[in-house]
Amino acid sequence: MLKRDSNAQQKANNKIVARLALVVVCMFAFGFALVPLYDVFCDLTGLNGRSIQRADAGLTADDLTQVDNNRKVKLEFVSFSKAGHQWRFSALEPVVRVHPGEMQNVRFTIENTSSETAFVQAIPSVSPGQAGLYLHKTECFCFEQQKIEGKQKVEFVMRFYLDSALPKDISQMTLAYTLYAVDGNTTARVN
Amino acid sequence: MTTVTTANESATPQEHEHHGPEKGIKRWLYTTNHKDIGSLYLWFAFIMFLTGGAMAMVIRAELFQPGLQIVEPHFFNQMTTVHGLIMVFGAVMPAFTGLANWMIPMMIGAPDMALPRMNNLSFWILPFAFAILLASLFVEGGGPAFGWTFYAPLSTTYSGDSTALFVFSVHIMGISSIMGAINVIVTIWNMRAPGMTWMKMPLFVWTWFITAFLLIAVMPVLAGAVTMVLTDKFFGTSFFDAAGGGDPVMFQHIFWFFGHPEVYIMILPAFGIISTIVPTFSRKKLFGYASMVYATASIALLSFVVWAHHMFTTGMPVYAELFFMYCTMLISVPTGVKVFNWVATMWKGAISYEVPMMFSVAFIILFTFGGFSGLMLAITPVDFQYHDTYFVVAHFHYVLVTGAIFSLIAATYYWLPKWTGVMYDIGLAKAHFWCSLISVNVLFFPMHFVGLAGMPRRIPDYSVQFADWNQIISLGGFAFGLSQFIFLALLIKACRKQGEPVDAKVWDGAEGLEWEVESPAPYHTFTKPPKID
Amino acid sequence: MVKHYKFLAALALLLANSVKAASSGESPSTYNLTKGVTDISQQVYDLHMTIFYICVVIGIVVFGVMLYAMVFHRKSRGVKAANFHESLKVEVAWTIIPFIILIGMAIPATSTLLDMEDASEADLTIVVTGSQWKWHYRYLEHDVEFYSLLSTPVEQIQNKWIKGDDYLLEVDKPLVIPTDRKVRFLMTSDDVIHSWWVPDFAVKKDANPGFINEAWTKVNEPGIYRGQCAELCGKDHGFMPVVVTALEPAKFDAWLQKEIEAKKAAAAEEARLLAMNMSFDSLMKEGEKVYGAYCAACHQANGAGLPGVFPGLVGSAITTGDVKEHIDIVVNGKKGTAMQAFAKQLTLAQIAAVVTYERNAWGMNSGDSVQPKDIYQFINNSGE
Repeated sequence: MLKRDSNAQQKANNKIVARLALVVVCMFAFGFALVPLYDVFCDLTGLNGRSIQRADAGLTADDLTQVDNNRKVKLEFVSFSKAGHQWRFSALEPVVRVHPGEMQNVRFTIENTSSETAFVQAIPSVSPGQAGLYLHKTECFCFEQQKIEGKQKVEFVMRFYLDSALPKDISQMTLAYTLYAVDGNTTARVN
Repeated sequence: MTTVTTANESATPQEHEHHGPEKGIKRWLYTTNHKDIGSLYLWFAFIMFLTGGAMAMVIRAELFQPGLQIVEPHFFNQMTTVHGLIMVFGAVMPAFTGLANWMIPMMIGAPDMALPRMNNLSFWILPFAFAILLASLFVEGGGPAFGWTFYAPLSTTYSGDSTALFVFSVHIMGISSIMGAINVIVTIWNMRAPGMTWMKMPLFVWTWFITAFLLIAVMPVLAGAVTMVLTDKFFGTSFFDAAGGGDPVMFQHIFWFFGHPEVYIMILPAFGIISTIVPTFSRKKLFGYASMVYATASIALLSFVVWAHHMFTTGMPVYAELFFMYCTMLISVPTGVKVFNWVATMWKGAISYEVPMMFSVAFIILFTFGGFSGLMLAITPVDFQYHDTYFVVAHFHYVLVTGAIFSLIAATYYWLPKWTGVMYDIGLAKAHFWCSLISVNVLFFPMHFVGLAGMPRRIPDYSVQFADWNQIISLGGFAFGLSQFIFLALLIKACRKQGEPVDAKVWDGAEGLEWEVESPAPYHTFTKPPKID
Repeated sequence: MVKHYKFLAALALLLANSVKAASSGESPSTYNLTKGVTDISQQVYDLHMTIFYICVVIGIVVFGVMLYAMVFHRKSRGVKAANFHESLKVEVAWTIIPFIILIGMAIPATSTLLDMEDASEADLTIVVTGSQWKWHYRYLEHDVEFYSLLSTPVEQIQNKWIKGDDYLLEVDKPLVIPTDRKVRFLMTSDDVIHSWWVPDFAVKKDANPGFINEAWTKVNEPGIYRGQCAELCGKDHGFMPVVVTALEPAKFDAWLQKEIEAKKAAAAEEARLLAMNMSFDSLMKEGEKVYGAYCAACHQANGAGLPGVFPGLVGSAITTGDVKEHIDIVVNGKKGTAMQAFAKQLTLAQIAAVVTYERNAWGMNSGDSVQPKDIYQFINNSGE
């Protein structure tokens, strides 16, 4: 309400301005906070198929004894390498059928056809996104950057299993890797 | 809704120094007067409306026929981008801020805005923002060409260097809007005349109050988004680049977290305007005042949880799609309440059709069309077909042109006599109405058809099956563009005070404090607060 | 009389034709959604019409009341305004009734959406990769992949020639899929976001760089189905159509077999070309063709580029400098720009031809002639 005393009015105004300015600053910060929040959200929901980019530490023998022999899931591996690089990136077993709960190995090769050393990072993506939540990797070249010397072909093994809790209606899923160049000294922001 | 017992201010000595405006350009450069700043905002918005409109004419001229005739695709993309940016940030938002400046102090019985110097600053940085944006069209490589939504990585890795100018100008626009919003909130919170309780405030004040909070909540997020685009493009961060662990889809989440409330920033004050005009010319109190306030607040709250309905095709888990679909559908409930309230206000009123009422009635019907297409777009499985087609273009032009812009025109015709002290040329105003009404529907209605038939938006050339409708759309577009010159002529005439002088209470059914002061409104009003029952 | 008969016969023929066209889906509606050729697209169409009719009914009721008030409650008819301005009952009613209508809409919408989500095993997986401004298709378990480019001649776009029926909706090599089988699409992108859309399948999914998205379809009728990119992806966003040919399964299998064999034959042809030299004229001729299809969109047909966006080639450091660097940029692209790596898109002969062309066209006449084997050598021994 309008105050008669202009000094008091000024003070009251300043108080609200200060509060609103604080809200503005907080919302600006919130805009940036959305970045880590988004990652957390993706990890929880499988949004956008960003399969979790680290080894599962909490792997217990229990997880593996629960092999679901009643069904097999078709898993496809797709490899992309970012255009503009002299790499040949391929999945040696593009399609495998696995029982949920069963440990499995698949192999990938990266060939550097140039003569210069390449530092690469593979970025995973799973479709359908929810299925990514049930794909547990225990060993993967995608956990860290890889150094590939010029004219070298390197074979990598990825060890994984599917959680037996994988929803029954998912009987086909795809794991895609896109290979990007990184400069050897920085580590990529990994989820 | 408010009755004034005494508004006689000349009887008591003035508390503030009372002087008229300065002369010449200085008056406008240094002014801290809410009416002057309001006028500046309104004229600026109108000039931007014509500028953005000229770009729309380029777009429609290119799309008049299939094939490339007039502009290159790259320039076409710049036109669609800058048209959108100018209309949103340069025309609609400043126009509403202009109305807020002019009317809110007068409606709540305050002598001015709470922060007059900030008010001056928040206006005067705007012309610079748009000068930078428009100048970017002339640098080598052209201006922003990635759509007003500037999705990464099109706006980062794959954009031209003028992106820096775009980011800078959006920052300035954002700062201007935030300052304007702070000013509105402080004014409404602190400067209401004694007796002007919250639930006595005119609905225009209420809707602007809620809008200002939306602005403060989301404009900083937009600033964050453009900053991330800037650092991704020029400083090697990878917020939106998968190579560095980022995600381009995250850009869309951040952008639409701003973008959807932004849509309501552009329509809530329009609801306030229509809720002011309809009762005046129905000579009957607004039906359901309280439910109008609650509906506005709930639309504002819901606007924070529906953003992803712009992104159904990006690939979301099905339960996320369901959540956003249901929330979006829910918005039609409070919006429907508003439409029903307006109809109930008209019901058993004593209606007359002065020009502001003509535009308001057109608003109610055509905005509801936009609401229907919005409801259709909310249905996720069907949205997969509508998304990024002309059906969407039709939808948001119905809510923004026949919604927001029509409400702004209605507001102008409603309060212009109060501002200038003379009645505008009613013949011209009616010509403006009928020309606009017919042409705007010829312009936007067939867009539903081409959109459903499969024409994507933002394309400079299209397959022959869409040719007939596009020709009609373009003709409607040219007619709508030309119709606005009638408005320009009318405004110039009115500002030169050509017309019959009007009384303090211009419309016999009008209520509110602004009608208690003489016409034209004196340079300073309510220096002594009015008493309100 | 005879004239009349002729007229009537013509009319009947016209009618029959239009009915036929409508039923075979040959002439798509110019004002409504397509019913499409899949069960899902039919469901989507039905849902669209249901929601539309509900909106029409609501519109008639609300606008009917409003129009009644507008006409009969006019001041000029001498009515006095009533005094009511609230009614809890009415207000509660018009909050709850729309809510119930919404639930009525949400039920079929949810069931259609759940039908679209189907992660059961598909018969065929195709990786769809968007790039500025073309689509690439890869049959995951078969050794077949190819690019699909707009095939509308530039003269039609520039209004020099009459536009064809499928103007801007035609490609050099359409995607081929079988009918009656579940086909799964995995979308991704090489550069910016694109969106793969075929209205007849009711499939539209964004192709995000670095991520995959999926969609599926099961087409009921053989035919040619056309769509477009549905996400602004830069300058030629309007010029990257999607064309899908649906063949009966047996025909599809035959087609796939033929593609696999054609690929082998192409490899043999490549080997043959490596052993011999192509003449300068044939390089230039082939080069002009390749340039028009792959390069002219950015660098322009006259090689002048678009200043500030796409560099010009006439007299540039690349086209007049070291041949190796020229080959390098065509083969590997340039990081962080729209310049793509063409190693996978073009054959060795095509790359050799286009490099030769770019060094000799537009009055540059360097006389350089690059052979397929030079490209082969570059790719396999680069940097040495």
